[in-house]
Amino acid sequence: MNKELIIAGFGGQGVLSMGMTLAYAGMVEDKEVVWMPSYGPEMRGGTANCIVVVSDDRVSSPIINQFDTAIILNQPSMDKFESAVKPGGHILYEANNIMNPSTRDDISTYKIPAVVEANKLNNPKTMNMIILGAFLALNSVVKNESILEALKKVLPERHHHLIPLNEKALLKGAELVGEFV
Amino acid sequence: MSKKLLMKGNEAIAEAAIRAGVQGYYGYPITPQSELLEYMSSELPKRGGAFVQAESEVAAINMVYGASGAGARTMTSTSGPGFSLMQEAISYIACAELPCFLVNVMRGGPGLGTIQPSQGDYFQAVKGGGHGDYKMIVLAPNSVQEMADFTYLGFDLADKYRTPTMILTDGALGQMMESVQFPEYNLDEHLVDKPWATTGRENGRKQNVITSLHLQSEQMEQINLKLQKKYREIEKNEVRYETIETEDADFLIVAFGLSSRVCHKALELAREEGLKVGLLRPITLYPYPYDILNKLADQVKGMLVVEMNAGQMLEDVKLAVNGKVSVDFYGRMGGMIPQPDAILSKIRELYSAHTKTKMEV
Repeated sequence: MNKELIIAGFGGQGVLSMGMTLAYAGMVEDKEVVWMPSYGPEMRGGTANCIVVVSDDRVSSPIINQFDTAIILNQPSMDKFESAVKPGGHILYEANNIMNPSTRDDISTYKIPAVVEANKLNNPKTMNMIILGAFLALNSVVKNESILEALKKVLPERHHHLIPLNEKALLKGAELVGEFV
Repeated sequence: MSKKLLMKGNEAIAEAAIRAGVQGYYGYPITPQSELLEYMSSELPKRGGAFVQAESEVAAINMVYGASGAGARTMTSTSGPGFSLMQEAISYIACAELPCFLVNVMRGGPGLGTIQPSQGDYFQAVKGGGHGDYKMIVLAPNSVQEMADFTYLGFDLADKYRTPTMILTDGALGQMMESVQFPEYNLDEHLVDKPWATTGRENGRKQNVITSLHLQSEQMEQINLKLQKKYREIEKNEVRYETIETEDADFLIVAFGLSSRVCHKALELAREEGLKVGLLRPITLYPYPYDILNKLADQVKGMLVVEMNAGQMLEDVKLAVNGKVSVDFYGRMGGMIPQPDAILSKIRELYSAHTKTKMEV
């Protein structure tokens, strides 16, 4: 297994933390992982993205321009990374934030109403975990339990009471793509 | 070994330095290195060392000079603009034969440039950025694990040869996270006696003097000869490199640090197309692995050097190869990172050109 993905959106949508959680979870399962953030001026508001690789073997490059999956949370990122998905790959995108999704017919595109569902969970910040749940349902990269384990590392202790809510969000995401898998 | 941790490259260097017993860290913040200084500021004082945020890079490196003269394990870290400011003192430290460990997390230059990753400080690190005939051992990690491993190594080699050593890395390796394990490191086995250190005269021992000023030319030449002898020793003992799929290669990529990771990816893609490509990654940039490159020049039909600069290590590859095969270059500058597919197209183009030429001959 070698999964190369890019997660992209606005700063504040949880792009970097989603990627870091996934990388941690990979490490919990003793896989090789890389998390490469965009750390330029764009981090201070504007677009943010990170590359995550989870693999059974040594990861050659943290710099990649063709991805198995792109998780896209805003329109500029859709425009920028749509063409960077390998043929046969996946795009998961947030329904409310994207007006013009990819029209490529050589990849699978999944529209995830994560903002709406996060609001139903009474916590808009769970949006990124809903998308991550959808991604994990489509790609068995790591187990949900490992994500929860990882959240203990990524979240400061004062937020650990939110971990059950994050679990709900992961399951909701899986449910949303349930009809596809 | 410690358990696996997920860390940024900058943090891994800092943690490894503390475990390697650094007693004094002196620095001045600069992106993309600041996590290292930040980590030191919160951790080092708790674990028995001194952290000083100096008023400038010039002050920081002179504090390193002083602490090292007093026998301490000491270090600083910075990025290109700061490293330029440090050159004068580094030359003094090399001349005074003091051990210290330096880190340059490169960003795009010249000038203040950008905060994005680069390899534009190769010449400065490898050829001696300061004045006079001196060298530093230059280690080029390409993973977060190696950022940690080479920190221990950097301190040990500095003590062994009484010379400044450094890690030359870049913003991407500094900022990215990978899993890392810290090896067991028993300080007692690694610390060496420093009878030359200025620790205060006791029991009538001979006075220790640390200086880089020797006004008599005869004396200064002797100092130079001694340094040169040491550098020949280092060149004999400390060359390090990694080869990937070179056994059957008829085309070779040469790259260090982050570029070598991207080239590894390009190599995998090229191998999928049946192109017999190998990769040589210098780990020590000084001393440089000239011999293995010269040997590989007999085996391959062409070489491609990939760097995040305008072609600096390229000159060392050409020196090593000495005209035996053609050496081409692909580079990005100013904070841009070469992409795997761009390197792959370059490989395809050169591979067919070189293998074709040979067939016609």
